[in-house]
Amino acid sequence: MFKIDAQEVNLFYGKMHALKNVSMQVEANEIVALIGPSGCGKSTFLRTINRMNDLIYGVKINGNIKIDDNNIYSNKVDVNELRKNVGMVFQKPTVFQKSIFDNVAYGLRVNGITKSSVVKEKVEKALVQAALWDEVKDNLKKSGLALSGGQQQRLCIARTIAVEPNVILMDEPTSALDPISTSKVEELLLELKKEYTIIIVTHNMQQAARVSDKTAFFYVGELIEYDKTPKIFKNASIELTQNYVGGKFG
Amino acid sequence: MAFKKKFFQGFAFSIFYLFSFLVFALVFAILGVLLYKGIPAMSWEFITKAPEDGMTKGGIFPAIVGTLALIAGASLVAFPIGILAGIFMNEYTYDNWVRKFIRMITNNLAGIPSIVFGLFGMSLFVNTLEFGVSLLAGSLTLGILVLPIVIRTTEESLKFIPLDFRLTSYALGATKWQTIQKVVLPAAFPNIITGLILSISRISGETAPIMFTVAAYFLPKINLAWNEQVMALPYHLYVVSTSGIDPESTSRIAFGTALVLTLIVLILNLLANWIRKSMSK
Repeated sequence: MFKIDAQEVNLFYGKMHALKNVSMQVEANEIVALIGPSGCGKSTFLRTINRMNDLIYGVKINGNIKIDDNNIYSNKVDVNELRKNVGMVFQKPTVFQKSIFDNVAYGLRVNGITKSSVVKEKVEKALVQAALWDEVKDNLKKSGLALSGGQQQRLCIARTIAVEPNVILMDEPTSALDPISTSKVEELLLELKKEYTIIIVTHNMQQAARVSDKTAFFYVGELIEYDKTPKIFKNASIELTQNYVGGKFG
Repeated sequence: MAFKKKFFQGFAFSIFYLFSFLVFALVFAILGVLLYKGIPAMSWEFITKAPEDGMTKGGIFPAIVGTLALIAGASLVAFPIGILAGIFMNEYTYDNWVRKFIRMITNNLAGIPSIVFGLFGMSLFVNTLEFGVSLLAGSLTLGILVLPIVIRTTEESLKFIPLDFRLTSYALGATKWQTIQKVVLPAAFPNIITGLILSISRISGETAPIMFTVAAYFLPKINLAWNEQVMALPYHLYVVSTSGIDPESTSRIAFGTALVLTLIVLILNLLANWIRKSMSK
């Protein structure tokens, strides 16, 4: 059984056909990179997995996406519960105007975990996992906005894993970071892979090659090729993919 | 060429400086006149006693209390309704005709002259609903007057919060209301406060809306009740400067009243600023 199983997903923004018959399977504890030129649908596809597109007015989706064999577009699904299980990290760090501790605790609290000893324990665990604990353990009450960009992004990752999702979606999580912070986040991804299934949208080919097990190449709303990462980068079966990863267009 | 560019830049900057300075100078001129003419009237008696001798002597204490009561009353009317309406407008309506229609109505409401609000308040609250000329009628009238300011600034402050923050909150499993309550509102609050300050300044300074709905010409007793009239600083200012029998002493009292009114607004502004600063830390 696949962790995530998307079958013939079509998505329309009004009249625009943004995703065309996208089918893709992801196994547990894999990192999958979504690559492709801007506007190709990779972020849109990412956002179908936690139903973030539901929030956009005028979006229509058909097809099936199953996570652990449950159709996430079924009427019985509680969207908030789904989003708790499918975490998401955004392009720019979105640190709330709260303390470091409260930022990480936010997801726990909105999901009804309020007992302070439990919250404290889970916040610490998440910060340790996100490799941020040593840098912030003495300043947990300080504003999260006082951290550097790279630390802020790791704080966002900590906040995401604090609610113990089983899938993490990342939308260009390092595009706003400097190279050192980027490599820290990448190391972190490889570490997180042991517990989570990760799908990452990236514009950075080297990043896709470095961290992912499989790579999916999107082009104008279609999934052109999806295969093991080394294959995509060294020996893609489709010419369009070869041209894209070879830097002939972008 | 380089000289010409520099010359025009210098010329443009000088004009900007000149006009900015003019604005500055105007504010100082007004404050200067107020202080120069108002300070002689200031005394402990002036701010703690009721007017005496046909308003040529004594103080303005009842009017201070009345204005503070009106600020409280009108805020109680306008803030909850205005803030909730602003939240509704920005968070719960799509960019469709409903929102456009409500926004148009709100903008029109903001453009109505304040004397019209006075007449409306008199006919609806004072006469039809039989509240009489009272603190209740005055607070409702002033509250409606500032409603558009509160709605618009709330809406604008909420619009200012980046979409990503909301999405982040949803992505953690939060509901819409949790997101608004715990992420959006706290971040927008410092700016919402600005709108509230503006409306308080407006409430405390308006004369026309309170003339027919609450303001008493002369009421030396302090009796704060919803169905009672109160004196108010702007109306008192109007009264002493138009109906004085002894122009010299009444003009002194008028400027003293104006100074006190300005100071109240200033103090409330500073207070709100302080709240805003300590909240955005």
